[in-house]
Amino acid sequence: MSDDATTTDQPVISDCAQTLQELDVFLDGELSDQQHAAIRHHLEGCMDCLGAFDFHAELKIVVAQKCNNDEMPPELLGKIERCFGTDLDGDGKIG
Amino acid sequence: MADQATFADEAMQYAPQLYSGALRMTRNRSDAEDLVQETYLKAYRSYHTFNEGTNLRAWLFRIMTNTYINSYRAKQRRPDETELGEFEDLYLYKNIGALQDASVGRSAEESLMELLPDDEVKQALEDLPDNFRLPVILADVEGFAYKEIAEMLDIPIGTVMSRLHRGRKAMQKALYEFALERGLVSAHTAATADGTFEQDSGR
Repeated sequence: MSDDATTTDQPVISDCAQTLQELDVFLDGELSDQQHAAIRHHLEGCMDCLGAFDFHAELKIVVAQKCNNDEMPPELLGKIERCFGTDLDGDGKIG
Repeated sequence: MADQATFADEAMQYAPQLYSGALRMTRNRSDAEDLVQETYLKAYRSYHTFNEGTNLRAWLFRIMTNTYINSYRAKQRRPDETELGEFEDLYLYKNIGALQDASVGRSAEESLMELLPDDEVKQALEDLPDNFRLPVILADVEGFAYKEIAEMLDIPIGTVMSRLHRGRKAMQKALYEFALERGLVSAHTAATADGTFEQDSGR
């Protein structure tokens, strides 16, 4: 009885198409623990899906790094900080 | 209630991230600088409404995203909603995976890092229409959760997910086309990966 309950609670994903459909949400870390475990389980036995998941996991890292490495103009910080504490628009209030 | 006197100490550390995000949104340096400055000024003025203990970085990005949508997007006169073409799933993986197989002894990350130059990755992202670009920036560059992005853009979570999915696919197609232009992927490899030709047997 309890065994049966465990089996029905645990979704088993054996289908590659179904697994690949969850690729984005899996890599975004937005699946439920149970769904996440089901996908992991499938990946352990399926090299094809694992290859696709690995590739996109790496691509996510590459995009994050390469789109976030711009050098901020050094004078920008000072420009912003000078605004704090100054009544810029003359409305009697700071900022 | 957050104290304005501590604002600079708490908030200025996020300036480099905001600047990168602003560059991806506005696509030019002078607008990006203005957008970051405007964001900080707005945040400073309304810092008393910030709930201490909640995510300050997310709060700043929310202000910046709204400022961009309300002033800069209008200025750039881009259509609000643009559709993307339909692309095959796993497009880049199917087409460029073969190249990675050839780079024996290197991790996938290393070779993707080398295969895709910084400016091409930035360009592929910046070329996306706004309604796809903003979710991709917030998720893939800034690492925000679906729920946070949905709140920032004031759209349902399901819409965030579908725009991310389609935006990423379009970006991958662009990355592949840049690689083709550079001659990195030969037409033969491309055709093989597409399944148009049989794989070479002598490997």
